[in-house]
Amino acid sequence: MLEITNISKTFHPGSVNEVFALQNVSVTLNDGDFLIIIGTNGSGKSTLLNAVAGSFITDSGKISLSGHDITKWPEHKRASLIGRVFQNPFSGTAPTMTIAENLSLAAKRGKPRGFNWALDKQLQSELRDRIRTLNMGLEDRLGNAIGSLSGGQRQALTLLMASWLKPDLLLLDEHTAALDPKSADQVIRLTKEIIERDRLTTLMVTHSMQQAVHLGNRIIMMHKGQIIHDYKGATRQGVRSEDLLHRFEEVRRREQVDVRVAELLQRMYV
Amino acid sequence: MSLFLGALTIGLILSLLALGVYMSFRVFKFPDITAEGSVTFGAAVSAVLLVQGMDPGISLLAAFAAGAVAGAVTGILHTKCKINELLAGILVMTALYSVNLHVMGKSNIPLVDAKSTSTVAEKIGARIFGQTTDLNWFGWEVSIRDAGMLISMFAVVAAAALILLMFFQTNLGTAIRATGDNPQMIRALGVDVDIMMILGLAISNGLIALAGALLAQYQGFADVQMGIGMMVWGLASVIIGEALVGSNKQGLVVTGTVIGSVLFRLLVAIALRWGLNPNDLKLITALFVFAALVGPTIGRSFMNKRGNQPSGRTV
Repeated sequence: MLEITNISKTFHPGSVNEVFALQNVSVTLNDGDFLIIIGTNGSGKSTLLNAVAGSFITDSGKISLSGHDITKWPEHKRASLIGRVFQNPFSGTAPTMTIAENLSLAAKRGKPRGFNWALDKQLQSELRDRIRTLNMGLEDRLGNAIGSLSGGQRQALTLLMASWLKPDLLLLDEHTAALDPKSADQVIRLTKEIIERDRLTTLMVTHSMQQAVHLGNRIIMMHKGQIIHDYKGATRQGVRSEDLLHRFEEVRRREQVDVRVAELLQRMYV
Repeated sequence: MSLFLGALTIGLILSLLALGVYMSFRVFKFPDITAEGSVTFGAAVSAVLLVQGMDPGISLLAAFAAGAVAGAVTGILHTKCKINELLAGILVMTALYSVNLHVMGKSNIPLVDAKSTSTVAEKIGARIFGQTTDLNWFGWEVSIRDAGMLISMFAVVAAAALILLMFFQTNLGTAIRATGDNPQMIRALGVDVDIMMILGLAISNGLIALAGALLAQYQGFADVQMGIGMMVWGLASVIIGEALVGSNKQGLVVTGTVIGSVLFRLLVAIALRWGLNPNDLKLITALFVFAALVGPTIGRSFMNKRGNQPSGRTV
């Protein structure tokens, strides 16, 4: 279970570049929940994900996962509970190392690493079997450097790596945004498969309303560092991508009104 | 002949330095100039121990440990104190100069009378060849000491390279390599990249200090100046090695680095024989590394103009 309680984060506080990236955000995920986060650019959706992953320490609030208070944990310590896939397909794998070596690194996620062989016999046969489930023909290329693979293949492998040891929480940060449509479909299908098979608690950020509607059991919409809408339970069932787009349009209009009112007031009073 | 053997032996000794530079510069992409201080640090520590009658093997272990400490300090300065990579190295290198003087007590320690690795090597040579007089190799007179030293150094370097390669295949070793390759990724897999970098630089400088200790014992003295230019020297070996094997498979590159170091030393010996002014040696070495660093880039832009895709890797 993931409990995010009133977390806030301000970047560059006190300067002209001050950004209130997260403002008192609270969300609770039960085990097996698959939460989709959508929002405009700069709405704080990726920041929320990074806050959970530990890319930075929040200014206030509390994050707890599986009974641990992880608020002050550094990123590498949180990794023992969290599997993660990045937006950039290059971010999730070590390019000059082989496919097998990369997977062996993932097989030790959050565990002590000593002087045993990274690729022992047992792991080698296991990873061949698990890579075969990707249906990408990579099981015959285990000795190839990951850098020689396409973005889609790398992202599929990253997904496999993030879920190799069943994580308490899976974080997906627009992990198909940088892929061509065909690879994106493939990776999404794989995502769905893995999450359903292992019943992983998942937090996924996406730009695609299609993905938002077709995946997951809950959607939150963020704007200016706050959650402005939460579709869950029965409301989530009936939601269509048009509804989400409509909602976005509303937000945009309200903002325009805000700007206009501000201008009006300025003219009247300044 | 003894010139040739000497060049081979020094080339082998300095290949440990090259392996250390490979570790920092290629695995971590960290231009670690601590090397210049570590070479002398290793030489100083082992020389002082040998003069006190300590076992040569122990003096080498102590040298490795001393270098490892120096490397770890650079690593801590960079990761924990957020000091720029080059500056962290420069700080430790500069500090080591005084440390080395303190360790040695003077700027030069002769080791001619002390029981050192060369003494041991001489005994090994005598045992292998079953004689204590000079050998006759292909019509050349070779002293048993030189032959023994060459064989011993070959064994030491082969063992070091093999251990390093094996280490790179362990869980810890792969984590260290991944730290250099993609820190973001390995952090997300639960590895403290700061610790990995500190550990990696410790191993790197340990090897470099070991090279310094062996060099001092081979040439018969430790000198506080002996580290100058060593970083570039190691780089040259790594670059030659990579050019030789033309691949970035780790096993090949490590082997290539050793060969590169020996080859480079031989080239230098030949150049000196042909009348190269020894004062120009460092200048030539620097020019060589410059050419090797810039060459591929120029070659690539030339290829691009002709409509080909770049294939080389950036340095």
